[in-house]
Amino acid sequence: MAAVQSIRQKVVNRAAVAVVVLLTLVYLVPIYWITSTAFKPRSLATTVPPTVLFEPEVTAFIKLFTKRVQMIGKVNPEVYDKAPWWEKRIYDLGERIIKDSSGNSEPSAYPSRFLNSLIVAVSSTILAVAMGTLTAYGFSRFRMPGEQDWLFFILSTRMLPPVVVAIPMFLMYRAVGLVDTHVGLIILYTAFNLSFSVWLMKGFIDEIPKEYEEAALVDGYTRMEAFFRIVLPQSATGIAATAVFCFITAWNEYAFALMMTNRRAQTAPPYIPSQLGSGITDWTAIAAGTLLFLLPVAIFTFLLRRHLLRGVTFGAIRK
Amino acid sequence: MFSTLDSRSPAARRGLSDLSIRNLFIIPTIAFLIVFNIFPLIYSLGYSFTDFRASSNVPAAFVGLQNYRDLLADDHVWNNFSVTALYVLLSVGGQVLLGFGVALLLNRRIPFKGLFTTLLLVPMMMSPVVVGLFWQLLYSPSWGIINYALGLGDFAWLSDPDVALYAIAITDIWMWSPFVMLLCLAGLSAIPQHLYEAAAIDRAGRWFTFTRITLPLVAPLLLIAVIFRTMEAFKTFDLAFIMSSQETTELIAIRLYRLAFQEWQTGPSCALAYMVLIMVLAITNIYVKYLNRARDR
Repeated sequence: MAAVQSIRQKVVNRAAVAVVVLLTLVYLVPIYWITSTAFKPRSLATTVPPTVLFEPEVTAFIKLFTKRVQMIGKVNPEVYDKAPWWEKRIYDLGERIIKDSSGNSEPSAYPSRFLNSLIVAVSSTILAVAMGTLTAYGFSRFRMPGEQDWLFFILSTRMLPPVVVAIPMFLMYRAVGLVDTHVGLIILYTAFNLSFSVWLMKGFIDEIPKEYEEAALVDGYTRMEAFFRIVLPQSATGIAATAVFCFITAWNEYAFALMMTNRRAQTAPPYIPSQLGSGITDWTAIAAGTLLFLLPVAIFTFLLRRHLLRGVTFGAIRK
Repeated sequence: MFSTLDSRSPAARRGLSDLSIRNLFIIPTIAFLIVFNIFPLIYSLGYSFTDFRASSNVPAAFVGLQNYRDLLADDHVWNNFSVTALYVLLSVGGQVLLGFGVALLLNRRIPFKGLFTTLLLVPMMMSPVVVGLFWQLLYSPSWGIINYALGLGDFAWLSDPDVALYAIAITDIWMWSPFVMLLCLAGLSAIPQHLYEAAAIDRAGRWFTFTRITLPLVAPLLLIAVIFRTMEAFKTFDLAFIMSSQETTELIAIRLYRLAFQEWQTGPSCALAYMVLIMVLAITNIYVKYLNRARDR
């Protein structure tokens, strides 16, 4: 009986593993498709049937970073020979890179949008995590009248639909000239991430034994010193995890960026789909831009894997 | 949680008092949130009683509850709410089925389990904009790989008004099932093994074991996942906005955006925003209650 049971168990287990492997593969198809499209020649991006095997090339990335026009006639062979390898790829397509008067290639809008995303996400993350850590410590270690109500209030600000907040914020920003500025977006993202940061950090700080600080206080540290020298180093992991979550949220945010920026401070999320509208869609260039945009998120997800559960439940569930 | 260090100890008297440190640490955050979240909402509450249009220079005129009355009598808005309800039902339902199912599969000894779990979690960390954009390519009737793989010919996923909402829900299920899976997995791995052993000794059937042991013990975390996803699905803007612009996929958040930023009907949009806000706060309240319950366990 026991042997039969275990054989049956083994079969069930094998089947489960097979299903998990299959499901994971199917799950990753869209991500594989973005990646492979970025390395395809344009002619193979939208074929019937879909192209799976092809010779990968980086032309899409060159197109992503440059401004180009269609060429009339052929390129001068002398110019072609002198051009760097990446420019030749563009000439091969029958296009040329637009240059300014001193002969430098004009960059496309992508690098500046990417930079905007970086500026806004990093600044708002630093602000939200710094304020959140202090507040979390305050709630974790001291009595506060109506503590639960305050914590609910803080969390509820996170749940507000972005569009609801964006309408009055747009009017206020317009009045003080913060529409389409980095500062404007940084404030919004900080406010959006702050509540998350407080809740997550409170979970981490609650786990640090109070005895450490009590010992430090007995040794003559002030409360401030105890916080900076004992609690902060102890919560380094928590701070890192919180920062990564805040960064990803700000990095991915679309609604606020769409409504509050249009050019100067526009981040990558509203910019990437806007390429769809202009002329014939070049999916390879869009895929290249998307892939670079996804790269930081993929790396961070890998680093965060142990803290994901905590992060998605605002620190309530710790495994 | 409520215990604190003895504030009368000699060390605590040096430097700043505990009370002032507490205030120094907490008040800036609360002030920041009030200025940038609560104050704007008060501001827009005021506008919700006017016929203000942000695109014109005409000063706002007070219209009382007219905006609310108009919205409640507007079939278009009711349609938006029912589209949203259907969307929530489809996407959260799908996520629970798939997420819970995969969690049951993963809750055993599987080689490279950590790797599979991490890989499955990647979609949910991606920007909805990027996801929506690329699912458009996958859904494409002529060259999309979905139609090719399923042999559906030139089935129109996103341009058919009757299908588009389902197509968007499928994308959302792809993105967020792993979230439900993650929470269920945490619940499953916390079930003490001796319960199953006891059930086996009593010769309990599989179904009995599942409904009397597995389900009740996973329920608290599953519920948290469901409430959270319900709230997020209710608020969905980006994914649906990127993927389709049809009337049958106009979720309430999209309607709100169009009313406010395309039609520039600022007054009515503020009123609609308030209706949405009250619903979201109600769900948030329930969510926090269950979060606290899970934490106190």
